[in-house]
This record gives sequence, C-alpha cells and structure tokens, in this order.
Amino acid sequence: MSAARLRQLAADWSPYAILPLLALATLPMMSPSTWLTLTIAGIAMGMMLFLMAAGLTLIFGLMQVFTFAHGAFITLGAYLAVSVLGALAPWSTAESWAVNLAVLAVALAVALVASGAAGFVFERVIIRRVYGAHLRQILITVGGLIIAEQLMVAVWGASPLPLPKPPSFQGSIILGGAAIEKYRLIAVALGLAVYAGLALMLSRTRIGLLVRAGVENLEMVEALGYRIRRLFVGVFVAGTALAGMGGVMWALYQEQVTRVIGSEMTILIFIILIIGGLGSVGGCFTAAVLVGMVTNYVGFLAPKLALGCNILLMMAVLLWRPRGLFPVGPG
Amino acid sequence: MLALLLALALAPFLFPGTRPVAVASRICIFIVLAASYDVMLGYTGIASFAHTMFFGLGAYGVAIALAKLWVGWSAVLLGTVGGVALAVALALLIGLLSLRVRAIFFSMTTLAVASVALILATELRDLTGGEDGLTFSVPQLLSPAFRLVDAPVLGVRLDGRIVTYYLVFALSLLLFLVMLRVVNSPFGRVLQAVRENEFRAEALGYRTVVYRSMAGAVSAAMAALAGAMMALVLRYNGPAATLSFDLMVDILLMVVVGGMGTLYGPALGAVVLVMAEYYLQPAMGGLAEAVAGWPLLPALFHPDRWLLWLGVLFVLIVYFFPAGIIGTLRRR
Repeated sequence: MSAARLRQLAADWSPYAILPLLALATLPMMSPSTWLTLTIAGIAMGMMLFLMAAGLTLIFGLMQVFTFAHGAFITLGAYLAVSVLGALAPWSTAESWAVNLAVLAVALAVALVASGAAGFVFERVIIRRVYGAHLRQILITVGGLIIAEQLMVAVWGASPLPLPKPPSFQGSIILGGAAIEKYRLIAVALGLAVYAGLALMLSRTRIGLLVRAGVENLEMVEALGYRIRRLFVGVFVAGTALAGMGGVMWALYQEQVTRVIGSEMTILIFIILIIGGLGSVGGCFTAAVLVGMVTNYVGFLAPKLALGCNILLMMAVLLWRPRGLFPVGPG
Repeated sequence: MLALLLALALAPFLFPGTRPVAVASRICIFIVLAASYDVMLGYTGIASFAHTMFFGLGAYGVAIALAKLWVGWSAVLLGTVGGVALAVALALLIGLLSLRVRAIFFSMTTLAVASVALILATELRDLTGGEDGLTFSVPQLLSPAFRLVDAPVLGVRLDGRIVTYYLVFALSLLLFLVMLRVVNSPFGRVLQAVRENEFRAEALGYRTVVYRSMAGAVSAAMAALAGAMMALVLRYNGPAATLSFDLMVDILLMVVVGGMGTLYGPALGAVVLVMAEYYLQPAMGGLAEAVAGWPLLPALFHPDRWLLWLGVLFVLIVYFFPAGIIGTLRRR
C-alpha cells in the first residue's frame, strides 16, 4: 500500500471521526447520565432519519432526479401505521413484547409494500416524463406532493390522529443512572439492520454494483448495455418503501400523525443529503446520525439555538467539504 | 388583460359589498406577488421556496411598526422600508452564497431558510405575536369607519375600505409596470440569456451569479411590498396569513398555471386562483352533496379538497402546456 493510498484512506475516514469527536466534546458540558441519554436519543433519531433519507440519496445520486415528494411516502407510512395498529388493536394494546413486536413488524411490512407500490405508480405516472428537465421535475413533484397529501387527507381525514405506542415500547430502561427510552433502542436496532442490509446489497450483489457504477458514471453503464431506467425504477421503489418504514417509526415516536408529518421532515432530509453527499449511502448514514446528535445536544444545551443549528451545521460542513462528507459521482 | 384591468379598477362599483372588495384587493396583491415570483422562476429559471418569507417580511415590517411603535403614515413607511431592506439583504445573501452551486442546492437552501423564518415568526412571541399574529389599527384614512364623502357615490359609500382598495390597486399597478419595465430592459434580456444557456452567457462576459442575485433582490423587494399592502388590507398579520408553505404552493400554482416567463401569465393565474379559492369551494360543496351516496367520492369533492384538483390541474399543465395559459395562447 503506497503512501498516497494511505493518505487517501485517512482522508476518507476523517468524516467518520466527527461522530465520536462530537460525542466526546459534549461530554464535559453535562453530567454523564444526561450525556448518555442524549447520545442514545440522538443516535435513535438519526437512525429514523436515515430510514427516511436513504432512498432519496440514491434517487438523487443515480438519476439526478430531484423529487420534493419524498415526504408524501413518509406520511403514507405514518397513516398506515395508524390503520394497522388500529385494526390489530388487541395486539397493539397487549402487554407482551412478542405480540407488540409482531404488530410493529406487520405495520412495517404493510408500509414497505404499500409505499413501494405507491412509489412505483408515482415513478411511472409522474417522474418518467420529466427525466433530465430539472425545473420541471421540481415543479411536477411539488404538484405530486399536493395531490398525494390531499388524497391522504381524503382517506384519513384532516384532523391529527393519535397513535399511542404499544405498551411494551413505552417507558425507559435505567442504565447507569441514565434513562433510555425503550422505543429508541428498537429504532437503533432497525436502523442498523437496514443500514447493514443496504451496505451489503450495494457492495456484494450485482444490482448493488450496477447502482454504484450508475452513481459514478451513468452513461458508461448505459453504454455497456444495462437498462439503467429499469434499475432506476427499482431504486425509486426501494427508496419510497424505506421512506414508508421510516414514516411508521417516526409516527410511533411522535405518537401523532398529521398530513404534514412527512413534508415537515423534507427539509431535515435535504440537509442530511447535502451534508452526506448526494448519492452516498454511507454519507447519508453518518449525516443522519450527526444531525440527530446535534439536534439533541443543542436542544439540551441551548434550546434557543435549536431552530437554526442544523442549517448552521450544513453550512459548516459545506465550508469544510463543499460536496458533502462523502462525495461520489461526477461533480 | 384590459378587461381585467377595468374590472379591477371599477370593482367596488361593479360588485358592491365587502366581500368582492376583499377579493379584488387580494387579487391585486397576489398579482404583484405572483409576478415578482415570475421574475425569479420564469426569467432566471431557478425555483426558490423562500418567496413567502419575503412577503412575510414586508407584512411583518408594517405590522410590527403599527402595532408596537405608533399609528401613522410614518410608521407604515418605516415598516415597509425596513421590511423591504431586510428582504433585499437576505435575498442577496442567499443568492451570493448558494447560487454558485447547482440549482437544486439553491432550492433546498431556500426551503430551509424559509422554514427557519416561519419558526422564528412563531417563536419570537414578543415581537411577532407568535402563532396568534398581530392585530393593529391603520391610519385613520384607511380605517373602515372613515368617510371620504358623506353622501354615497353611485350607490357606494366611500369609506376607508374603498380608499384602501384604491391605494392597493394603484400601488399594484405601479409595481406591475415597474416589473414589466425591468424584465423588458437589457437587464431582463441578460436574465433570459442566463436562463437559456448559463454557460454561454458567462462566456459572453456576464457574471451570472451577480445577475441572478440581482433578479432575486428585485423579486424579494416586490414581494415585500406586496406583503406590506397585505398587512394594511387585513389589519392583521400572522404566520398563517403570510408565511405558510401552503401560500408558497399557491404562488407556484399561479405562476405555472398562468405561464412562466410572461409576467402577464402569473397575473392571470393569480386572478384564476384567488377566484377559485373564494368561489370554487361552494361549487364543490354542491358537487359533494350530489354524490353523497357514493363511497369515497364525497371526501374527494369536499370543499376543503379544492387544492387536490388544483394539484391535478398543475401536474397536467406542466405535462401538456409547460408554457401556461398565456404562453400557449401566444404561440398560436
């Protein structure tokens, strides 16, 4: 391994280092138990953000398609969670870990399938006609967002719906004097599992290889004879399905669902994409956890700053690395 | 267009009553607002989501000046100038910082900044009145109780509302003409050149970032002025009235439905949309009752769902008539 390669590796790893560094830097500012609570909370929030943002970064990265309608799929997942937990009320109110986890799994599966299907329709009807025209993509996806939101309001009603967590997910575990909400641990586990699955798929399978190659150089992959459009439809469906899952998790975390639950997250998701670097799943993961942690730390240390902290974070990262933490593909 | 101008000029006499005057002044203001957004979207080809923020800045400028300082014309002027100055400064800052990168970053940044503005307006309770907003009194000439002439003219009482309306009407007309002048000037030509081919415009020696930022500043100033008028008409200002994301969507609809890059188009779009907002909803209510027996259909035709149908219309227009009403008519 040459010195240049080593140096490159070091440069590629430095963005990862900011997470532990940030965690260490904030440790002296508060008591260790508070710190532990906030760190876990930040990581859990980051995991849920990652679920919602992961698909979008590939959609942006692969086809340069700019969609503002991603929030609609999050909202769909959230409303589906209400319906599933309501329909399986005996399960979702039972005081049993196994049954509660089963109902969560059912909700996640329903959201996965339904959001994916909605994503497929959305891609076929809305997006496919506007490949390559950025301004029209922005306009038309905003239109799609309006339609999707209004349709969901027509089905589920305009007033906010309550969504209590199943009993075994409520409350906290006390660990070394720090209270850790149980639900956050579930979110962390799910987020890690999805990240591991995505990373494995991208690095070990043929489809993953094509996706990564497409992000790097789309025309070359196309010239080699692969049907990039079909691949993109698959990525779009997978991305919206993940957004639906993220919507379920976020809705249960918020315990209330409104029609704007998804579009409220859009801004945060864009910030994550920009910080992470468009098209990079690893960058998206790091950025999501970073945003989650910063939000929680700042919310505790200086609540007044919490409003703008993520935008300041984005600006700081862009000053350091103008194309995000892990830039991929053509600039 | 001339018919529209005449109808707006004579609105209080043609359609007496408070409601038509309120609709007409809303139309005037939204013509300015949509046209100013068109300077940005249609003439420079970049989508900003912070336009309501500039609108809100103007409105809050007037509202805070009248509610917290004193009631009078000088306060109105002070608030307007303050709002416009802040809007222009912010527009230049956003433009110079983020127009250098790809257009999508600009759209995202404006969305983020606009959301911060909305949160700030809601949280800074002492200054902005928070969620409830600010209610204030306007100079005596504009208040509803004021009478210009005691006897009714042509069957209409010339009260403060009418005076307000004509003030708004005249200002809107003036601002619209100014914008027409701007986009048809050599400066406007350069903007269109940048929109059509940024690289070539740069190669011809035009600093595209500077031109785009300037366009953003003009657009922001106009939006802030429209906001100031809005505050005077409503005698109230709050986050929902001038800052909400729904409003941003409305503006986008107006510009795209009417026709991007024509300036007359957004004006027409504003008329169509405001009228739809006020008069389509009762019609949809009737339709909903007609299909009351069907499953799901009543929910789809519920009066509150008018935005759904506008969304469908919007998508169809972007597909089939990307040039909007005016653009399509002109090509004929």
